[in-house]
Amino acid sequence: MLVIVNGEHREIAAANLIGLLGEMEYEGKHLAIALNYRVVPRARWGETALNSGDQIEIITPRQGG
Amino acid sequence: MAAEMVTFYGKTFSSRLLIGTAHYPSPAIMQQAIRAAGAQIVTVSLRREAAGGRVGKAFWDLIRELDVTVLPNTAGCRSVREAVTTAQLARELFETTWIKLEVIGDDETLQPDVAGLVEAAAILIKDGFQVFPYCTEDLTIALRLRDAGCSVIMPWAAPIGSARGIVNREALKLLRARLPEVTLVVDAGLGAPSHAADALELGYDAVLLNTAIAKAADPAGMAKAFRLAVESGRIAYESGLMGARDFASPSTPVVGTPFWHAVS
Repeated sequence: MLVIVNGEHREIAAANLIGLLGEMEYEGKHLAIALNYRVVPRARWGETALNSGDQIEIITPRQGG
Repeated sequence: MAAEMVTFYGKTFSSRLLIGTAHYPSPAIMQQAIRAAGAQIVTVSLRREAAGGRVGKAFWDLIRELDVTVLPNTAGCRSVREAVTTAQLARELFETTWIKLEVIGDDETLQPDVAGLVEAAAILIKDGFQVFPYCTEDLTIALRLRDAGCSVIMPWAAPIGSARGIVNREALKLLRARLPEVTLVVDAGLGAPSHAADALELGYDAVLLNTAIAKAADPAGMAKAFRLAVESGRIAYESGLMGARDFASPSTPVVGTPFWHAVS
């Protein structure tokens, strides 16, 4: 299905957020995810199903002022 | 004398210098500068992580080594929805309910969108956040932020990264006079330690800056200079500065001056 990950269109096979992270080779505990502008807590990544057209933001700490 | 402690949402700190973590020549120099500043609170941000990326983890490990309190920001957000979601992501990532709230309204000046700021602050406070709003020096906006539940308010001195120091001095003095119970922080636009001392002398509780230290030829040296200026400014404020006046007043006693009242 076609989703938008960090602003880019992507065709993915994964059915949920954990699957998406695996498919895109993300790993580590330094990530947070928003699905359609709603934060999905880490504990619910496995049970959060993805739908065509979803907007996913995968976020990490960065330098800031 | 030791200066008084400063309080942010019930937590007390001895350092009144908050610094950012961006623009340093290297991670090691960033750590040296934060230590030299004596900073106990540092600002961090959130950005998209590229697939397979480890950049965020490396930075996060560096910050954890410093044992400082982290204040995440919503830098770059241009709408209430973006800022609220970014704050919620920051809470998830950094496990803190503190947020430096920025809603930018103009790309040229990076001037805060103060209407959006008040709206986002109210939403986040209802959601359990302690909000540090980055705002202009406008009194009514500061009053609205206070009424929404902000006990820390952070007006700019000048546009971010401009190094101009306090541009609208009278407005900042008015904010201090009208919001005695609020922890006020001058955030953005400070270029020199004297600018920071100026803010503290006006009774501001703290300053937050980044570029002036990070872009110095010697960031750790500049961080120390800012630390001393902030301490100096605060001690001066607590000690009671004399008021300015229009005319001279001799510092040497007049009585007994040789030839005083001599008839010529």
